[in-house]
Amino acid sequence: MGRYVLRRLLQLIPVFIGTTFLIYAMVWAVPGDPFAGKCGERPCPESYVKEMTEQFNLDDPLVVQYFKYLAQLFSGDFGETYNGVQISQLIANAYPTTVRLALVALVIEAVIGVLAGIITGLRGKGFLDSLVLVSTLFLISLPVFVTGFVLKVWLGTELDLIKTSVGSDPTFGELLVPGFVLGSLSMAYVARLTRTSMMENKRADYVRTAYAKGLEPRRVVGVHLLRNSMIPVITFLGTDLGALMGGAIVTEGVFNIRGIGGLVYKAILTKEGMTVTGIVTLLVLVYLLMNLLVDILYAVLDPRIRYD
Amino acid sequence: MRKGRLAAMLAAPLAVALLASGCGGGGSSASADTVTVEWGEPENPLIPGNTTEVNGGNVIDSIFSGLVKYSPDDASVSNEMAEQITPSPDNKSFTIKIKPGWTFHDGSPVTADSFVKAWNYTAYGPNGQQGASFFEQIKGYDDVNPADPDGASGPQEAPKPTAETMSGLKVLDPNTFQVELKAPLAIFPTMLGYSAFYPLPEVFYTDKDGFEDKPIGNGPFKFDSRSPNESLTVTRYDEFKGEDKAKVGAVEFKVYDELDTAYQDLVSGNLDFIRQVPVSALTGDKWRADLGEGAQEKPGLLTQNIAFPLYDERFKNPDLRKAISMAIDRPTITQQIFAGSRQPADGWTSPSVEGFVPGQCGEYCTFNPEKAKQLLAKAGGFDGTLTIITNGDGGHNEWSEAVASSIRQNLGIDVQYTPTPTFSEFRRQANAREFTGMYRTGWVADYPNIETFLTQLYRTGASSNDGEYSNPAFDAALDKANAAPNVEAANKLYADAEKLLANDMPVIPLWTQPVQAGFSTERLAEAKATPFRKLDLTSVTLKQQ
Repeated sequence: MGRYVLRRLLQLIPVFIGTTFLIYAMVWAVPGDPFAGKCGERPCPESYVKEMTEQFNLDDPLVVQYFKYLAQLFSGDFGETYNGVQISQLIANAYPTTVRLALVALVIEAVIGVLAGIITGLRGKGFLDSLVLVSTLFLISLPVFVTGFVLKVWLGTELDLIKTSVGSDPTFGELLVPGFVLGSLSMAYVARLTRTSMMENKRADYVRTAYAKGLEPRRVVGVHLLRNSMIPVITFLGTDLGALMGGAIVTEGVFNIRGIGGLVYKAILTKEGMTVTGIVTLLVLVYLLMNLLVDILYAVLDPRIRYD
Repeated sequence: MRKGRLAAMLAAPLAVALLASGCGGGGSSASADTVTVEWGEPENPLIPGNTTEVNGGNVIDSIFSGLVKYSPDDASVSNEMAEQITPSPDNKSFTIKIKPGWTFHDGSPVTADSFVKAWNYTAYGPNGQQGASFFEQIKGYDDVNPADPDGASGPQEAPKPTAETMSGLKVLDPNTFQVELKAPLAIFPTMLGYSAFYPLPEVFYTDKDGFEDKPIGNGPFKFDSRSPNESLTVTRYDEFKGEDKAKVGAVEFKVYDELDTAYQDLVSGNLDFIRQVPVSALTGDKWRADLGEGAQEKPGLLTQNIAFPLYDERFKNPDLRKAISMAIDRPTITQQIFAGSRQPADGWTSPSVEGFVPGQCGEYCTFNPEKAKQLLAKAGGFDGTLTIITNGDGGHNEWSEAVASSIRQNLGIDVQYTPTPTFSEFRRQANAREFTGMYRTGWVADYPNIETFLTQLYRTGASSNDGEYSNPAFDAALDKANAAPNVEAANKLYADAEKLLANDMPVIPLWTQPVQAGFSTERLAEAKATPFRKLDLTSVTLKQQ
């Protein structure tokens, strides 16, 4: 077990270097000149372009640029944006907000999704099953910006129940609606996934045995059936947390949440390679650690799963 | 089960470590005396000479005061820090006397030296300041900022500057300095309110990084705090010596990515001011119903045009350009796309600018399909596809489609709208002279005089003359206007120069854009938007609670 975790942690290093290089290279593969649009309708003064090119090593070959960046990163410095702001400061401002938003979304999608999945999975075909099927289909087919905008205008502007935008240091309460919007798509998937998994395992031998032993139905479902059925759901939720943190661009835009998604999006547009790489590096770490966490959780859920 | 427990014990702290980072606490609370304003992240550090875009400019304008200021109502020019600006008889040199007793926010005095040193710093090439070119009229500019012989992208390096200061700037006494220009320019004092001409305190030169983190100016507000990508707060500077003192305690500039979001916030009372109403709210005058008294409209200093790449052989014939202009149904397009919120343009400048003359474009900017067809025939028709190029990220798609279809229908030629993905890519093509079709141009005035719409855009070889238009008669007309004895005479002569553009039609004027801003009447009693589409922060007053 310990060896397994250690091996997995060591694997992070090549994955980390590979992804950061790919990201760095890709940002620069996007055609365009970072200083072409910076001075409005007029071209930037030559002296300005020259100064900036020198400051950000833009004349160096890509690989040299990347290693200069990496050396800087290992000394704990994320670098500066073109407008002179420390990237570490940008990340420090945006990360807590995004983590909070992702958590709210994750909790909402897990609780509602799993509950809906269990209920429909146990009861099988019927009115409730059809209702969940239709509503999840509906959620899956709606683009996030539609859900977000409708909820914002309806709950915020029309009914005045929520604030239409989220402050710079939001509370969990403020993030409930944005979290719901962000998690809505995955919520539908979680419900479907749980339902299918429950249906499948309902007829498994071990469940029949448990009933035959005379166990209470609640115990059969809660301890035996649910634990095994949760494996695919946990896998999905684990990777989804990573996706939620990076993919909240639309939701963050609709509710003006100053998080990671919007930051990355803007940085890509303005060709701020350092900002993109810095943030994506952190996202990669989250993904890798979440995957590790999910893998370890398998053993908790199903003792038959062995490591090493 | 043993393995499972162990796994759980490992998993739990990992989960906690991951999630803990997100659970910092503490809420931000704005005081009742703070006004919140819609804003965007500035593109450069907040140094006046390095800020040429509007977001940074908004903040810079609140914490700095220039020699002259522009009225928030009609952009008329009056002295701010300048006591007197005396031109020489030939308008080639100006003696500027500043009001004594002003101080920067750190307590140091504002002297003639504060201006001269700041201007020299901005103009000096190796400092790489965006606003450097604003000083190109001053004598000695070419010594401190020599041009790169083959442009920034060429292999040759720009020569080293031979001087560190411009020879045209002289400090006469602590409160007086003299500016000598390369050539006469009657409207020079009008330009002095632009942010590149602001003074800088001594501390800037000794601690640049510190200054970037916490800019120190001489304006009605002083910098308080900034949270990058979220907000920036300025507070009232009580020792401000100018006439327009701030009436509110603090202003918080709030970063928004979507204008629609800011608008929703304004309507539901979470925001006090937006500089621009989104197109979605203009439809059916929704914004007037939503905002009531808070809906503000005034002529702006912005134009929207379509330009021709005159370096492309196919566009060399002026009759073709006129034909295209006359085939565009401006009134219908402005009505249908912008709900009547833009005015069809009949010239190359904006109605709210000093020296504006209506109808400069005459019949060539009037919709006339018959005449357009005749002109097209006279020009020998147009082969192939005519493209309209705009950046796809700036909300130009709808009107570009409409203009394309208007030309297609009325001239019977194939017209296509071809967007480029981003503004930056669009500008790269413009700078590299890569356009193969008509392209969008827009211009926001830097200072309120019609000259700002002419020199930079249409003079031979000017920095923003992307279409490479060149007409010696037009250049000569500009020279004549620059050398006029006073501003009124200069304005008349600039208008004469503008009239020459009608014959050549290097750029088709489409419409001018009024400033449509909004403020929350729940909290504010008064808030003025300037013709530059900024909030005039000193005019803001809160409602009595």
